[in-house]
Amino acid sequence: MIKIVKRDQPSKAIFFFTPVLAIFLTLIAGGIIFYILGFKPFEALKFFFIVPIADKYGFSELLLKATPLCLIAIGLSFCFKSNNWNIGAEGQLTFGAIVSGGVALLFYDQEGFYILPMVILAGAIGGMIYASIPAILKTYFNTNEILVSLMLVYVSKLILDYLVVGPWSNPEGFNFPETRQFSDSARLPLLFEGLRIHAGIFLALAAVVISWFVFYKTYLGFQMKVSGFSLKTAKYAGYKGKKMIILVFLISGACAGLAGVGEITGPIGQLHREVSPDYGFTAIIVAFLGRLHPVGIIFASLVVAITYLGAETAQIFMQIPKYTGQVFQGMILFFLLASDYLLFFKFKFIGTKK
Amino acid sequence: MIVDINFVGLIIASIMASAVPLILASCGELITERSGVLNLGVEGMMIIGAISGFALMTVTGSLIIAVFGAMLAGVLISTIFAFLTQTLITNHVATGLALTIFGIGISAMIGKNFVGIPGKEFPVLFEGLKDTIPLLSPILFGHSIVFYFAFALPFITSYFLKKTKIGLIVRAVGDSPESASNQGINVRFVRYACILYGGAMCGLAGAYLSMIYTPQWIENMTGGRGWIALALVVFSTWNPIKILIGAMIFGGLTIIQFHMQAIGVRIPVQFLTALPYIVTIIVLVVISRDSRKIRLSTPSSLGKSFHKDN
Repeated sequence: MIKIVKRDQPSKAIFFFTPVLAIFLTLIAGGIIFYILGFKPFEALKFFFIVPIADKYGFSELLLKATPLCLIAIGLSFCFKSNNWNIGAEGQLTFGAIVSGGVALLFYDQEGFYILPMVILAGAIGGMIYASIPAILKTYFNTNEILVSLMLVYVSKLILDYLVVGPWSNPEGFNFPETRQFSDSARLPLLFEGLRIHAGIFLALAAVVISWFVFYKTYLGFQMKVSGFSLKTAKYAGYKGKKMIILVFLISGACAGLAGVGEITGPIGQLHREVSPDYGFTAIIVAFLGRLHPVGIIFASLVVAITYLGAETAQIFMQIPKYTGQVFQGMILFFLLASDYLLFFKFKFIGTKK
Repeated sequence: MIVDINFVGLIIASIMASAVPLILASCGELITERSGVLNLGVEGMMIIGAISGFALMTVTGSLIIAVFGAMLAGVLISTIFAFLTQTLITNHVATGLALTIFGIGISAMIGKNFVGIPGKEFPVLFEGLKDTIPLLSPILFGHSIVFYFAFALPFITSYFLKKTKIGLIVRAVGDSPESASNQGINVRFVRYACILYGGAMCGLAGAYLSMIYTPQWIENMTGGRGWIALALVVFSTWNPIKILIGAMIFGGLTIIQFHMQAIGVRIPVQFLTALPYIVTIIVLVVISRDSRKIRLSTPSSLGKSFHKDN
């Protein structure tokens, strides 16, 4: 007989094991879905997860997609650790891209070392401004941050659409919905000849290091952890709750904004309608899959980035719809949440008594 | 200026038509939330309903199978949410988000073969009475059965919660699962039922969009309506009658866009499209400012897991 018993305390080993289990279960479920759709499951999985990263170019693409995911997820982990549900990173990314793109367009016909730092800074500030809206409304008007941050995603995409179609559209661009090309000085340099991976990856790595330091070596990190466990305890301890809410939103907005900078100043070099294939939403999954731990998030961003590439490859080679990527992303989160059950409960085998 | 009174009636009717999916989804989610469960997967369940309804209609040719099939699809997908949050005690917010991401992906995957196929005409009721009463006729007559059901639903929901024993049980479970459990109520069962009911209503809301309102399948066609429906529940302070008012306001905002463009008002179209989202934020701020009122009307255990140790 099997009995389910509550653990005395959550198991640490299982805490880091369940993400691996979740990925494994997702692969199995994915294989079943492919089978139902009429594809050979093993071949489909191979095209989805192995073929895309089998060469140098593919690996560069993987890093290219993992960079924004990692950067945003690091920012989100500040929010999620302290019990703030910022799910509008996609909007903060978009607004960051708009502001930094605006600055880059101001200097479209100039070159100079001073341009890129301004463009990057503008992106971070744009993301912070946009993230401050749900933060301020939450702290001073008691408004639900989930709904506000999400509504702002739609608004940001419409602002972007308005700008690239209207006032910012390229005067020599035959009415295409895109801006002028930025000058080379406003571009994040590409790291290797012929590959699209760019210097934005260093921004992500810096975010990883800084967040690790803040989480585990500072008083602020400790405060965040306590507030995440119990808001009441945090209040008793006298932590300034409002300030912290605004701070974590600003951090996560800045990260999302920087991801936006990477998207427009990297390989593309202009603003256009779709700056992000929902990186802001996918990063939520990355943050959870990485267990809100900086190193975990690096691995998680690589795993989830494969679903983007795999979806493209599988579409080209096997005519598998590209939305399969999103299905995989949803499933990973489902399985991760489900396997968290093992953190708190264990199965105990008991001899049958008669 | 002469305003054709029937034209006013037609505008009101079109506002009501665009309010229908919001009413259906909000009333469903309201019951779920009243039992203490916060399901953020409304958008995902609606889009699943939309594609299921449209696909079943195209494949089977039967509107009845399609409508009920869409509701069943909503139930099935919400079962995942129910199993995770109630049996495996997962976090409601994260699970709901996963449901939405999953739902959008799955619907686009299924919907790939249904893009560009024209919809079918959905039968309307009382069409013969359309020209009888000025102003009121276009509002009252000539709509689909789902339309009438949607406008009755807030009243039914209100009656259910206030006057029936099961409604009382749902509220008890949402406000104090511990005492409800001590009274011998199976909290987990009640919450399962409420989640599945919410799924059915969201499925119906989606089917209305793809089969009656727009009659075709467009990727991502719910376009944030699920999230607005969630906001409406907060707006209503968990009172179904107020959902009706809120849904009419948002329906009005959607319809106004088209008319403003038609009269040639020189406001960028993107601004008009953004209006419902901006207004949602403003309304949420106004409603939530009074934190005492919100606290009194919110189901006390909303979003909190309940686990009975045996």
